[in-house]
Amino acid sequence: MGAQETVSSPPTPKMPADFRTQVESLRPYLLRYATLQLRDPASAEDAVQEALLAALTAEASFAGRSNLRTWLTGILKHKIVDAIRKASREVPLRGDEGDAEIGEFDALFNDNGHWQERPPAWDNPDGALQQKQFFAALEECLRGLPERTARAFMMREHLGLETGEICKELGVTPTHCWVLLYRARMALRLCLEANWFRK
Amino acid sequence: MMLSCKQVTRLISQGEDRKLAFGERVALRLHFAICQGCRNVNAQLHFLRTAVKRLSEYG
Repeated sequence: MGAQETVSSPPTPKMPADFRTQVESLRPYLLRYATLQLRDPASAEDAVQEALLAALTAEASFAGRSNLRTWLTGILKHKIVDAIRKASREVPLRGDEGDAEIGEFDALFNDNGHWQERPPAWDNPDGALQQKQFFAALEECLRGLPERTARAFMMREHLGLETGEICKELGVTPTHCWVLLYRARMALRLCLEANWFRK
Repeated sequence: MMLSCKQVTRLISQGEDRKLAFGERVALRLHFAICQGCRNVNAQLHFLRTAVKRLSEYG
């Protein structure tokens, strides 16, 4: 749809061509962002499409507020949450991963539950937050998480949902919800340590 | 209540998602006072939260 339209003939007189172009230029970024959280290219594409559409019809409400990418990302976040809710209604997720899986980190501890090897402090984490490559490493670590673990984590930390809602959306028990989040955090900690802070 | 490092890491994680009970907070503090490793992990998990929040600001 709209593929034949040229930028010089916007659908409504109120929409300047350059707004549309600017919004479109952010599509690759938005797609990457959505894919990271939805783990499904088709749903990500849908969410981005809906967000762009919403953005184009709501240009007036943008009018000089914040920056365009932040504003678009905000719209996209809502679409992602909608997509997650819709998906969790359509496909009941299996509650098959038991709490036993938390044992995957047992190797870090000895029989008394103390560290086998004391976790070292990280060098200059604040500096990392200034570097684009750090965020690329973080994205890579997120991609390495099991799907549901990643989704629970992103819903909690990135979209800011409460755990009650996350459990409901994922169809898991509250205990299992803690397990998913614990696993995500521990795995990301190890991944960042190996791929960034020890390099 | 003496906690092991393994239990402490679980409480640190849960502390990001729910308000810990008074006893749990006290036990964590006592543990942090004597355990550098768990203090490091605590700082790192807080950092992780900040980093993930900022994920959409770059790219």
